Amino acid sequence: MTGEIGQLALCFALALSLVQAGAGLIGGLKGSSIARQVSSSAALGFAVFVCVAFGALVAGFVTSDFSILDVAQNSHTLKPLFYKVTGVWGNHEGSMLLWVLVLAVYTMFTVLGERGGARLTSAALGIEGLLAAAFLIYILFASNPFLRIDPPPIEGAGLNPLLQDPGLSFHPPMLYFGYVGLSATFAYAAAALLTGEAGANWARAARPFLLAAWCALTLGITLGSWWAYYVLGWGGFWFWDPVENASLMPWLVATALLHSSLATERTGAFRSWTLLLSIGAFSLSLIGTFLVRSGVLTSVHAFASDPERGRFILCILLVAIGGALGLFAWRAPKLESGTAFEPVSRETALLLNNVLLTAAAATVFLGTLYPLFLEAATGTRISVGPPYFAITFAPLFVALVIIAPFGPRLAWRRDDLLPAMRALAPGLGVAILGGAIVLAVATPHAAAAACCVALAGWVLVASVIDLARRTKSNLLSLGSFAPVLAHAGLGLTLLGIAGTTFWKSEALEVLAPGQSLEVGGYRLQFDGVTPVAGPNYRADRATVDVMRNEEKIATLRPEKRIYPVEGQAISKTAIRTTGFSDLYVALGDDRGQGHYAIRAYVNPLAPFIWFGGAAMALGGLTSLLSRIRLGLRRPALAPAE
Amino acid sequence: MRRALLLCFLISPLLATAVQAATGPDRLADPKLEARAVALQKELRCVVCQGESLDESAAPLAADLRRLIRARLEKGESDAQIENYLVARYGDFILMRPPLEPGTYLLWFGPLIAVTIGGVVAAAAIIRARRNERAETPR
Repeated sequence: MTGEIGQLALCFALALSLVQAGAGLIGGLKGSSIARQVSSSAALGFAVFVCVAFGALVAGFVTSDFSILDVAQNSHTLKPLFYKVTGVWGNHEGSMLLWVLVLAVYTMFTVLGERGGARLTSAALGIEGLLAAAFLIYILFASNPFLRIDPPPIEGAGLNPLLQDPGLSFHPPMLYFGYVGLSATFAYAAAALLTGEAGANWARAARPFLLAAWCALTLGITLGSWWAYYVLGWGGFWFWDPVENASLMPWLVATALLHSSLATERTGAFRSWTLLLSIGAFSLSLIGTFLVRSGVLTSVHAFASDPERGRFILCILLVAIGGALGLFAWRAPKLESGTAFEPVSRETALLLNNVLLTAAAATVFLGTLYPLFLEAATGTRISVGPPYFAITFAPLFVALVIIAPFGPRLAWRRDDLLPAMRALAPGLGVAILGGAIVLAVATPHAAAAACCVALAGWVLVASVIDLARRTKSNLLSLGSFAPVLAHAGLGLTLLGIAGTTFWKSEALEVLAPGQSLEVGGYRLQFDGVTPVAGPNYRADRATVDVMRNEEKIATLRPEKRIYPVEGQAISKTAIRTTGFSDLYVALGDDRGQGHYAIRAYVNPLAPFIWFGGAAMALGGLTSLLSRIRLGLRRPALAPAE
Repeated sequence: MRRALLLCFLISPLLATAVQAATGPDRLADPKLEARAVALQKELRCVVCQGESLDESAAPLAADLRRLIRARLEKGESDAQIENYLVARYGDFILMRPPLEPGTYLLWFGPLIAVTIGGVVAAAAIIRARRNERAETPR
């Protein structure tokens, strides 16, 4: 039954999303309040039916209803309940349904918030309805999670063990909250273009959605990077892999948008540019979904061998992006532009930030897609790896970090550079000092390491100076922590990257029980391996005593797990963190007679990478919370209809 | 999931042996040569995996290539000679840093072009805004 309920709910949701789209657009264009109310009600119904469908799929997974193909292919009775539930989005069909569920959540906030006035909301609802309908059609016709099989298998095929991990369980929903949140910003931008209300009002209306999306995207990327670090077994945290890049591109553009819309909201500057960025950010989310989902990344040929889904997403992509850009080209020239500011002002800083961030996004785009285009066009296969991004992406990012502290420091419209420089001088001092210390303590990569530390010092100290200034002049509010935290987070992440990249110590040895290895000031004594039985796996668990100055300070238990159902083995690293440094131990292969390969790293400052990500997200969150508080205290100024 | 989806094709052999990468016997006694070997490994990709360098990969072919690099380094070959040899065998695909040639000009100069265009547009916007500002508030 659950399958049929889900299927039916999806059909209703599709019908209602079409009503939402049509009525919403009419309400937005004609200003008809009846149409707007119809759209809101339809949106509510759409959200309810999507929840029902999603609930039905969850029920299918929890009860292991293997007559549903998707469940049979991706679940197993022995799987712990937690992973039965997270397995819902651990596959293509379920994750697309999650996409629509998240869209329903944002749609609800659009209805309830009714930000920016009735017409804008109505038009935004219309656009969201169109997106929902497109994805629901895709789900129903090309990616149906409720397909039945007859006869049902006795047991399911299980879930990829890599996905049976807490970090990765929340990574996809986080990313989707980011991707789909950008759809709300996109909907507002398109609504602003349609209704002609493209001033500061729409930017203010879309801001909470943008902030929520940006926080989620930041957290999602951080989680993914952390997961790669502790699961993949060699301590790397970012691989410039196309799938990672697919999430980095929307993040970079969303970050640019976050900054440019500050100006749009405040002074009405950069109107059309902010609109274009909103379209760009969501377009890159769609492209990211397309890249990951169509198989085009594995190779151009994988796309051609199973083209239906890829073509479908490509169609959605072209219509959404093409439509929005067409709308932009038609309407944007009519936006009046009387922006006025002096070359030394916050506007200029934000503008430079935007130039660098979009160029960085373009670089990642080129590096990710160029091999595909080249192969399709000429048949030549090339690889674009970390060395490319070190040459092209890193300089842009360095420039970005250098200008970051000037943004919050300079006043709107006009300011003087000298006082700002004088105020930020301690930051420069710390940067030079930090760089010099690193250069003195020579390592092979001394210059690059010194540069990283100097930049981190600069942006961190500048954040503290900014905070001090705000405290002194009573400008301190919840929202003023946002730039401080976000920029400081950037500095923390940079420190972490410098620490792990340049000062990592590693050791790899084959040990017999009782033998030990030395790494980064620790002695690790291997005390043998014991077999352990998990709920749906069996594991070899090593016992490794961590000794410092011949005193035992901890015991680590790295594992190698074998999942018989899926026929896969994964390693479970053991990490002991002090907050400043990670001791990272992975169990390698069995070399016979109780001998095992043990790989160990000491990664100084590694936790800072993720602390930094969390701090950035927290910065976004404080801004979001301060907006919500303001919104509660003082109802949004709705323009007359 | 991004990474996992991609990895599921190859992960089972990969993770089981991830810790094997560059195991003891492979290492060269001379630390200078070993450092060169590691630097080379990072510039070359594993041709059977997805987006991993020879340094990270645990595929048997990658282990063979690591051994090959070390053997040739010990024979006194230069880094360029070894790279050329591998490119002749596997094509440009093996290079993590794509060569600069007409087909990759756009790839290599694209970022510079992007930032230049951005800079010019921003400069124009700043000049226009300054004119507006001066027109509004004559000093």
